[in-house]
Amino acid sequence: MIQEHLDILLIAIVTASACALPGVFLVLRRMTLMSDAISHAILPGIVLAFFLTHSLSSPLMILAAAATGVLTVVFVELLQKTKLVKEDAAIGLTFPALFSIGVILISRFSSNIHLDIDAVLLGELAYAPLNRLEISVYDLGPVSLYVMGGMLLLNLAFIIIFYKELKLATFDVSLAATLGFAPALIHYGLMTLVSMTTVGAFDAVGSILVVALIAGPPATAYLMTDSLTRMLVLSVIIGCMNAVSGYWLSFLLNVSIAGTIATVTFFVFGLIFMIVPNRGLISIARRHIRQKWEFAQTMLVIHLFNHEGLPEAQDESEIAHLHEHLRWEPTFATRVVKYALNNRYVSQQATQLMLTDRGRSIAQQALVQ
Amino acid sequence: MQAPDVKAIEVTDLTVAYRETPVLWDIDLDVPPGVLLAIVGPNGAGKTTLIKAILGLVRPAAGNVLIYNKPYALQRKIVGYVPQRGSVDWDFPTNVLDVVMMGRYGALGWIRRPGKQDREMAMHALEKVGMEKYTTRQISQLSGGQQQRVFLARALVQDATIYLMDEPFQGVDATTERAIISLLQELRENGKTVVVVHHDLQTVTDYFDWVTLLNIRRIASGPVDETFTSDNLRETYGGRIAFMKNR
Repeated sequence: MIQEHLDILLIAIVTASACALPGVFLVLRRMTLMSDAISHAILPGIVLAFFLTHSLSSPLMILAAAATGVLTVVFVELLQKTKLVKEDAAIGLTFPALFSIGVILISRFSSNIHLDIDAVLLGELAYAPLNRLEISVYDLGPVSLYVMGGMLLLNLAFIIIFYKELKLATFDVSLAATLGFAPALIHYGLMTLVSMTTVGAFDAVGSILVVALIAGPPATAYLMTDSLTRMLVLSVIIGCMNAVSGYWLSFLLNVSIAGTIATVTFFVFGLIFMIVPNRGLISIARRHIRQKWEFAQTMLVIHLFNHEGLPEAQDESEIAHLHEHLRWEPTFATRVVKYALNNRYVSQQATQLMLTDRGRSIAQQALVQ
Repeated sequence: MQAPDVKAIEVTDLTVAYRETPVLWDIDLDVPPGVLLAIVGPNGAGKTTLIKAILGLVRPAAGNVLIYNKPYALQRKIVGYVPQRGSVDWDFPTNVLDVVMMGRYGALGWIRRPGKQDREMAMHALEKVGMEKYTTRQISQLSGGQQQRVFLARALVQDATIYLMDEPFQGVDATTERAIISLLQELRENGKTVVVVHHDLQTVTDYFDWVTLLNIRRIASGPVDETFTSDNLRETYGGRIAFMKNR
């Protein structure tokens, strides 16, 4: 039992890491929709390879499905190049066509083959450890773990070796071309890896939820850092954390593992989107509130400054009358006065507010601007 | 001093078309070494396309481009390119120094990583454009003028012989414009050839010594004082240059 948990966790972690790495470049290239297209369009490749090998995890399967994935990318780009069809429409036309060929093939030959369309679309992580790699009497562990482990190493190697080229071709494709770095080659190399990773992962998480693993962690990491290397590392860490927490949650609730991992991925993104410093929703809201109070205090000191030393000053600086002069809500005015006193912009003398030197200079600065 | 018949850039019979619509019609253009050349013309005249065709970024329907008598593919290392500022995503997760280092990638070739020397070259280039205090600044936090300076520094570290720049003055403040033009003039003093897509007709005579007037066809090309005439301008822009008529 514990062995089974460990196997599932390991597969989930390895799959999440393998998906997050190329996902970073898809997110930065604004191509996450393409991973969705690829994940559907590989179905005919999977079916055809299954006819030939009668196995769902042979290397031929991965190559055939990966070829279908790359073909999808080529089709989409050809359609786009005609300039008669925009990218989103081109994607929308291409992948359902390929996907439905797969559906037709499965339905036509379903009596002869044991290929369940649900298994392809949704996957079942719980069954992944059952398919084991055995050499004579030795049990070497689940096949999925080897497949995804291999993909992880391949993706890692590709990104480490071609890090500079990937970065340049993603940031500035025309400079990459003029310097002779063949951005088209890098592009298709990346797309091949995405296709292979997607095929490898469908066994574990299904061909649709794999998109959550590819797009979610990189999109989350993108909010958290300004460095590409850190974005890659963070994506993998977030992907693994989502996988582990999603797995335990699904175990507690007794629901689909892949579904829970994908849901956790979304909620983690939402959480980071709220709380990340500087660009998160909460810090933006706090900045707005702080600016609101700061501005109100500036208005107050300017008001006092304008009437300072004039005959009406006594009336204008009467705390009880401030809200009438400034047309503020009394509670709002009381809070602004409190903040301004705390900041030593003003001092209170009996019932009157007097500008401090600091408050006076704030008012002068604001008026100069 | 190079022989007078040496051409830094030689464009012959270049036609570029999107489908059957010509963007450039049969362009002939010789750029002598060591000039600071402005390519001017109205919107849609094909200025950017001409630069991209020289760099092999768009495939010509006809014609040929030579860089010092050889095709561009053999001369990559001596050509530096400054694309339009708006052509990249400035929200990309990287910093100023890193972008400038990208200019060294061509010299490094595939797989090799930039090292200490490349870093020093990048720092030096950033000093030249007055951006040395911004090395670790995230690029999304730069102003338009600062972005342009970073692009310029990236081209400088290529240590090229020919520079092609697409609208380097687009959306920059007056200080940056002056800084950029004095840098371009310094490049010319050092014998480099600088080709600039330019928009502002008022500054052509002050900034440049050579000009190409373009409007799908090449209208004229040569030294500014001979070529930048009201007749040529009228032919390039049609009747829309009344303000230049006292020339």
